[in-house]
Amino acid sequence: MSGGVLRNSTEEVPVVQKGDSVLSVQDLRTVFHTQDGLVHAVNGISFTLAPGELLGVVGESGSGKSVSMMSLLKLLPMPPAEIVEGSVHFGGRDLLQLSDAELRQLRGGDIGFIFQDPMTSLNPVFNIGFQIMEPLRIHMGMNKKQAADRAVELLELVGIPSARQRLRDFPHQFSGGMRQRVMIAIALACDPKVLIADEPTTALDVTVQAQIIELVKGLRQKLGMAIVWITHDLGVVAGIADKVAVMYGGQIVEYSDVASIYSDPRHPYTQALLRTLPTQEGGRTGRLVSIPGQAPNLNAPPAACSFAPRCEHVGPKCWAANPPLFDIHGQHSSACWLESEGGTA
Amino acid sequence: MSAEVINKEDGSRAPAGEKSKAATILKVSDLKIHFPIHKGLFRKRVGEVKAVNGVSFEIKQGETLGLVGESGCGKSTTGRAVLRLYDPTAGEVIFEDRDIAALSAEEMRATRPRMQMIFQDPQACLNPRMTVGSIIAEPLVEHTSLSGQQRREKVMELLEAVGLNADYVNRYPHEFSGGQRQRIGIARALALDPDFIVCDEPIAALDVSIQAQVVNLLEDLQRERGLTYLFISHDLSMVRHIADRVAVMYLGKIVELSTVEKLFDDPKHPYTQALLSAVPVANPEIEASRERVILTGDVPNPSNPPEGCVFCTRCPVAVKKCFTVPPVWRELNPDQFVACHLVE
Repeated sequence: MSGGVLRNSTEEVPVVQKGDSVLSVQDLRTVFHTQDGLVHAVNGISFTLAPGELLGVVGESGSGKSVSMMSLLKLLPMPPAEIVEGSVHFGGRDLLQLSDAELRQLRGGDIGFIFQDPMTSLNPVFNIGFQIMEPLRIHMGMNKKQAADRAVELLELVGIPSARQRLRDFPHQFSGGMRQRVMIAIALACDPKVLIADEPTTALDVTVQAQIIELVKGLRQKLGMAIVWITHDLGVVAGIADKVAVMYGGQIVEYSDVASIYSDPRHPYTQALLRTLPTQEGGRTGRLVSIPGQAPNLNAPPAACSFAPRCEHVGPKCWAANPPLFDIHGQHSSACWLESEGGTA
Repeated sequence: MSAEVINKEDGSRAPAGEKSKAATILKVSDLKIHFPIHKGLFRKRVGEVKAVNGVSFEIKQGETLGLVGESGCGKSTTGRAVLRLYDPTAGEVIFEDRDIAALSAEEMRATRPRMQMIFQDPQACLNPRMTVGSIIAEPLVEHTSLSGQQRREKVMELLEAVGLNADYVNRYPHEFSGGQRQRIGIARALALDPDFIVCDEPIAALDVSIQAQVVNLLEDLQRERGLTYLFISHDLSMVRHIADRVAVMYLGKIVELSTVEKLFDDPKHPYTQALLSAVPVANPEIEASRERVILTGDVPNPSNPPEGCVFCTRCPVAVKKCFTVPPVWRELNPDQFVACHLVE
């Protein structure tokens, strides 16, 4: 079972073999201190990432998908954010225990990060050559010339034509799709073992999105890194992911290999989410199905199933306790009381 | 939205024949909108961004025309020009037998209540310092002579029509979620009982589960009030669901316009084909097996569009002629228009 182990509950934390996974997250909890009290954004998520695996993290806005991945590298402003619990094992170390200096060694080095908006994540006053060379010189100790050569290589890798001339260009001289390619080049600069991509194609048009997805597919085959791909688009995940984690209310509610999520969704939220999509193939549907109700309020840690107020299968158990992830079969688990031994909610 | 609303109706639509007999409410011919580019100390005019460069289409009473395209193709500009929020550089916009582009300011003001707009960002289009009640009542104050009491009643009625609790009338926009805010925007657009509404990406800023609610609401209102929509969106699957006919825009021109069935089952223009193949499908088996047309390169600069076909620089099947001669906009079959040299 590579990468299939995860639990929502603190008990029975599975023993993860070294070498089994490049990244192993256990019971991560992140809160934000606000004027109106605590906001529990991430409520105990656990997952492992096998080498070369692509994990798609799906959820609506406010489900905690970005915050949980930013927490891994402590990229959140602290305060107001605080990681209250959990561990993130990478390369035999717990990232949450590292000092700022040690973390800086990892960020952009062994772990690359692609942000959602290529417009605001590149520095407008430096040319892109400088921005690609910066991690190379810091993490890999290259001199200027070596770094420039590597930067040209990287830009060619992500499909930017006449790369050497474009090193001197500034971000505003690139289109949105090209800028995202530059972001990917920066994230790939130091051959990361893990790449975290936070909605990398959301700000882009569909034809450009298709280009970027093809690019990432190709790069995975060439470079073999593990990728966490955060998105709200179930279509994108279907095309690229090996495993899918569906998030709701700061928790992983379903985790599975990509085929089972679509052919056999088990959590009522996943089922509802898939039903809301208008069909692309075949005849036109009648009314669209919507999920009634609102996303959960996160001002308290979950004492009940956070989807219960909107769930059509809701039962007394759902209001009494927060369901842990139940194994359905090896690669598939769902945090719903319907999957518990009795099979009732 | 509650379960009974979902089950109320089987989603059937009027047959296409019935719709085609309906009167034309809006006719746009050869509409052009060019924005000047000024440079230098004396702000000399050095060129123009040809945001919309000659588009023609008709919308019939009670139908939904979908307008799709990628960012920067001019679809929002077209939508705004139809309401004369921009003055057209050339061309006609005929709304019920009158050319909107030629109306005086006063005549235009008298026409405005008939045509309204729903905006993309429900956060930005509602004044944070006004209560929901005063936001929705504002068009009534401007354009009607209703008394305060009548206005309040109308606002309550509108709030209920869009599925919001009438008790929310004194709340401020920040107290609502994104989907609820979009409902407030819809209520405001409905305040003057318009015939025609331009929906400019009304669901782009919303989560998938909320998108469905807003689209269902738009469809219900259309049926109840006989509204006509110009539905601008980049989300092709949602357009497929809501539209009767679809126009595909690229670089300031409409490259293909046909009924929703024909467009999605048998796209003619190479750009439409590429656009449809780029839409990800939420099914891993289909995703693994389908053939993608991956476009290379970027959209050309709209201040300097290609000489021939607008799509020639990225078209996978372009021939010599495409680079020099602009293709003619022609009716291939009834209700199926395309601008491409290669389509027979």
